[in-house]
Amino acid sequence: MSESTVQIALVLPDLLGTYGDFGNAVVLEKRMAWRGIKAEIVPINYGQPVPDSCDIYVVGGGEDTAQTLAVKHLREHPGLQRAVTKNAVVLGVCAGIQIFGESFTRADNVTHPGMGLIDSTSHAGGSRAIGEVIAEPAGGLFAGPLTGFENHQGRTVLGPSARPLAHVKVGTGNDGSVEGAVQGRIVCTYLHGPVLPRNPALADLLIEWATGTKLAPLDLPAVTAMRAERVRAAS
Amino acid sequence: MNDSPARLPLRTAAAVKLGNLSSTLSQKMGLGAGGMIGGRVALKLDPQALNRLTQGRRVAVVTGTNGKTTSTMMLARAVSALGEVATNHSGANMPDGHVTALSKQPDAPYAVLECDEGYFPAVAGASNPAVAVVLNLSRDQLDRVGEVRTIERSLRDTIAGLRDCTVIANCDDVMVTSAAWNAAKVVWVATGTGWHHDSASCPRCGNPIAWQGEHWHCTGCDLARPHPNWITTDEAMITPEHQKVELRLTLPGKFNQANAVMAAAAAHAMGVPTEEAVRRLRGVSNVSGRYRTIQRNGRSARLLLSKNPAGWSETLTVVKEADHPAVLVINAQEADGRDLSWLWDVPFERMQGRTVIASGERATDLAVRLTYAEVQHTIVPDPLKAIDQMPQGPVEVIANYTAFRDLNARAAADE
Repeated sequence: MSESTVQIALVLPDLLGTYGDFGNAVVLEKRMAWRGIKAEIVPINYGQPVPDSCDIYVVGGGEDTAQTLAVKHLREHPGLQRAVTKNAVVLGVCAGIQIFGESFTRADNVTHPGMGLIDSTSHAGGSRAIGEVIAEPAGGLFAGPLTGFENHQGRTVLGPSARPLAHVKVGTGNDGSVEGAVQGRIVCTYLHGPVLPRNPALADLLIEWATGTKLAPLDLPAVTAMRAERVRAAS
Repeated sequence: MNDSPARLPLRTAAAVKLGNLSSTLSQKMGLGAGGMIGGRVALKLDPQALNRLTQGRRVAVVTGTNGKTTSTMMLARAVSALGEVATNHSGANMPDGHVTALSKQPDAPYAVLECDEGYFPAVAGASNPAVAVVLNLSRDQLDRVGEVRTIERSLRDTIAGLRDCTVIANCDDVMVTSAAWNAAKVVWVATGTGWHHDSASCPRCGNPIAWQGEHWHCTGCDLARPHPNWITTDEAMITPEHQKVELRLTLPGKFNQANAVMAAAAAHAMGVPTEEAVRRLRGVSNVSGRYRTIQRNGRSARLLLSKNPAGWSETLTVVKEADHPAVLVINAQEADGRDLSWLWDVPFERMQGRTVIASGERATDLAVRLTYAEVQHTIVPDPLKAIDQMPQGPVEVIANYTAFRDLNARAAADE
């Protein structure tokens, strides 16, 4: 952990910010601040070098051309990759799960190299997966259910080094059966909503990994009510 | 220029007659406003109805993510200086709505059609427009409409194939500029409106877009902000003849100034003198219920419609001018888009310190967003009850599409 302020890197919000995933960084920041942990969001825009000194990295979803440009930038400025070797916590959403893998293949059959952070490959599925998702966190990693909204064409196959984040009950996720990936302290998911406002237990898990401290409970009635509503609506 | 509409073939004439009958029945039986059903029937009976109904008329088609209904109304008012105008109202902006509007005014030599972005290729293809207005393109209902670049691409391909059409395009919008770049004839309007979150990379080549003040260019290809023919300034516009014309609109906000200048440029291309056009569009004050104020138990509530992050950002700027309590109403029906992730792209932090009620079918999702924005609020799902719970005096009500539609209908029924 660098100094006393937890730094949350918001990676390329100008390219990977299509689906409100900026909200993930806000939720991390506020859930720390409200418990007296100093935290700040560090936006890293296109053209800026990527620092390797942040504690948590948040990567969002983007459209195809933006995603290609983002991965090019992240390979040219490998701060995120260096941070991973230093045990940084990383959340990759949607495009994140695709670009963190070994490769991703688009609908035009062109295969692009990924960042090799996750043992996975992604390819274009036949139809776009759109709608509410409910999944049960794998191995009781955090309190479920995992809920969110998916909107993606990609399908992802995990290799032996990556574990699924959750098992799909409603929706598609990676392949209709499992959703997301966990490898070390990297968590990937196809879910928007954004995912952390929808899943406070996942947000707190990432914070506990980054700070190494057990967090006090934080009861937000609106969040509890929204989760109940979404589960009811999707079931 | 003043050709009267072509005589309709027998099949279209019959289709139109039956369609009009369905609209009337729908209204009489209280099933709907009749804005679409008539067109739907007519199109079933004659799939070429839109093409036949536009023949011999001078047609303008208005599209874009935000401001379509307002700009269409402004343009229709302006063009009415030349003669009768057929136009679709209240957001019935797909081909069935167009056929309904054209059927009801078979003799109008002019038509001004608001068109959903997704239907622009079909409508522009069928109606051979003299003018096409492309206002802006930003993220909207990603689960239903798709990503912005897909829309840009389909507009671009359609516009490149339009003959004898003047495209009125917003050159402060990278996506619109790209869509209109290959138009045979284009008039560029600097609207000064800014939602740049969907255009960090070039829609044509994927390279970064570089910005310097209002100027922008792609760092990889020749796409760049064109020299504008019309310029929006504070409360005024500069015409291609370098004349400054005061806008003095009834409608609030910078985005309505942008709508007005786009409409004035389009009216000019249709043949309306600029002073005349502006004089007419100034009078637009209530666009299908938007911006109107309703009185309830000592509260005067101004109704504002915002559908997506770009729209909400602009509207929050408008309501910021006065520190009135605000009711924010969110639904997520199919027509709104089911995915509410976009709430996190709206700078609700600007509402801190104000009395706010979260309302609508998805009030709790909004409440979560407001919680993290540290905006104090209460939850009252019914928007009319929410208004009643506010202190007496002015109240701002901002609602998204179906929330606004339903609220407006209930408020109208109460009056």
